[in-house]
Amino acid sequence: MLHVTYLIILLPLVGFAVQLVAGRRLGDPAAGGVATAFIGASFLVSVGVYLDLLTVNAPVRSYTQNLWTWIPVDSLQVHARLFVDPLSMTMVLFITGISTLIHLYSIGYMKGDRDYSKFFLYMNLFVASMLILVLGSNLLVTFVGWEGVGTCSYWLVSFWFTKESAASAGKKAFVYNRIGDVGFLLAIFLVFERIHSLEYTTIFSHLDQIGSGYITAICLLLLVGVMGKSAQIPLFPWLADAMEGPTPVSALIHAATMVTAGVYLLCRINPLLHASSSAALTVAIVGGVTAFVAATIACAQQDIKKVLAYSTVSQLGYMFLAIGCGAYTAAIFLMVAHAFFKGLLFLGAGSAIHGLHDEQDLKRMGNLRKYMPLTWITFGIGWLAIAAVPPLSGFWAKGDVLENTWAAHPALWGLGLLTALLTAYYMSRLTGLAFFGGDRWAAEVPIDVDTDMPDAKHAEGPIPEPHESPRIMIIPLWILAFFAAFAGLLAVSNNHLSLSAWIDPVFGSSLYHDHLSTAALWTLGITDAVIALVGVFIGLRLWMNVAERPQLEVQFLRHSWYINEFYDTIFGRPSARLAAFSADVIDPKVIDGGVNGVATLVRRSGALIRRTQTGYVRNYVLGIVLGTVLVLAFMLTRMWWG
Amino acid sequence: MTISADWYLGLSVVLFSIGALGVMIRRNVLVMFMCVELMLNAANLTFVTFARQLHDIGGQVLVFFVLVVAAAEVVVGLGLVVAIFRRRANATADDLHLMKG
Repeated sequence: MLHVTYLIILLPLVGFAVQLVAGRRLGDPAAGGVATAFIGASFLVSVGVYLDLLTVNAPVRSYTQNLWTWIPVDSLQVHARLFVDPLSMTMVLFITGISTLIHLYSIGYMKGDRDYSKFFLYMNLFVASMLILVLGSNLLVTFVGWEGVGTCSYWLVSFWFTKESAASAGKKAFVYNRIGDVGFLLAIFLVFERIHSLEYTTIFSHLDQIGSGYITAICLLLLVGVMGKSAQIPLFPWLADAMEGPTPVSALIHAATMVTAGVYLLCRINPLLHASSSAALTVAIVGGVTAFVAATIACAQQDIKKVLAYSTVSQLGYMFLAIGCGAYTAAIFLMVAHAFFKGLLFLGAGSAIHGLHDEQDLKRMGNLRKYMPLTWITFGIGWLAIAAVPPLSGFWAKGDVLENTWAAHPALWGLGLLTALLTAYYMSRLTGLAFFGGDRWAAEVPIDVDTDMPDAKHAEGPIPEPHESPRIMIIPLWILAFFAAFAGLLAVSNNHLSLSAWIDPVFGSSLYHDHLSTAALWTLGITDAVIALVGVFIGLRLWMNVAERPQLEVQFLRHSWYINEFYDTIFGRPSARLAAFSADVIDPKVIDGGVNGVATLVRRSGALIRRTQTGYVRNYVLGIVLGTVLVLAFMLTRMWWG
Repeated sequence: MTISADWYLGLSVVLFSIGALGVMIRRNVLVMFMCVELMLNAANLTFVTFARQLHDIGGQVLVFFVLVVAAAEVVVGLGLVVAIFRRRANATADDLHLMKG
């Protein structure tokens, strides 16, 4: 089935077209069903392609499908070409798989929305863009998908655009991504300037022609792009605001698509990173610091979705850390595991929000395990998985990252371990607040009214008793919970089915091997497990029955290290001042002044010259005579002295 | 005894100058008209003088053209003068400065 690879992208695109033409007529819920069917079909094709790819017998399994020549201009020959190898295949499988589940869930979650079909229209296009991104065989095709997910995320984040906050959150996501895109574009230009080709395989086979300085520059420029897309320091604040979108969108952005694009891209260019140790180290440091900073912020957030958002930033930081160490397989492993448990957590949180009539404030939740038992069990699995409690998937994935970091950069390992403790803590805090404790949602007024942090979304009016979500929302939760629990088997098994045997050949010599002894591995593993359990214990102990601990929720963390205020001060306000200056000074003085000045000049000089037009014939005649005399005098002088 | 060409040319200069001065100084439109005719005929005289001196018939032919043009000009000009007289009592050129900028 390798030759129908293009169908993987085409099906969601057709779904998009169908929604475009007939979405409104299909209506609620048929539009959702159709959209889900197209993504599901794409998933089935992916599975077929995967099974065929397994039969390819080569050191590095791969398949290239040439669709058409996109840009045939002299030395710039860009092909619309798809590239399937274990790396892109892994991405495709979990993108289509998880997207199918999220679409299914959305059928229930978006029920009754005014723009029901429009939601699925964007979602289908989003998935299609992401698939273009991972399947592209050159930087430019990848860039098309890259921009596609950026645009779709803008539409989806500001889906409820009548709300001021949602509209500006969409803009924020777009602008941050745009800053990153500049880096990506410059990297593309640089690559083309050096080797006149944008194909990944050509780039990797011509590394020596690029030159080591250029390789570092290209890697760092791509890193800028990736920082924007994958929400790393310093371009991460947009992801928390992106929570303004409907919860399935958050799940889609955080679990399957969009933010993983950066991780994928860095894995894709692994030979470049391997050739530039300074760039790789930069990636590792950015990742480690981001993981830690985001985890501290997540400890003090009050909006359930914001906690999860910063948790995503933190987990992405882990993936970058792994990539920086050269442990690409570990990064992919964590990405897959994270896709399952973060998808699960978001959909579970969405279920809780749905059950509480759109209440997102953790302080107004509580005791939901009694009212929403199915959500609680599945969410609980996701919670323990992300907290890295053995034997769930998170433990193995994070363990892989941490052991590689330990061997490569011990200092960053310390940061990673601290982050692991924080992760277990803030997730337990979230779980304790939402699912344990008293029925705080029943209180008449919001408990925490001292919100100088105006970001927790509240339900309108008093909340009736929570109810369990419909079955169409619970089924995806169960499927994701299953994978969140058992995805660890991917790495544990040592046979040819393991993730490592499948994907290691892609990275070849760029892959880092830690060569740790069995004893060291056990020690590290036990350390991880102990840290996770300690974090869970502290988190639950502190937050199970008490909702207010101001000393643990310092303003500094509640305000995300004041990063937004910082950007506002150094970029926002000066830009606003510059704009005001332009409006008040440059526009009226320089622009208008220039235009009016020309007009005044013409008027004044006209006023001078009009005096010669007396209207008296004799004056004109005098002019003629004087002119004639002058001409004659000139000619005579030429005759006498010429 | 033949009169030399210089005299004819001298007369032409005198006539032309009188005409030019008249256009510049006089205000009566009719007189200015006659002055213009004077200048034209001064030019004609020059043409004829040179034609005779150089034995070139071209100069005399050109005089006919000038006469035709002058006749046409008089038709238009006198038409204007009549139109002006209809609208006002006298025909002073300085009163007609509607084109003043």
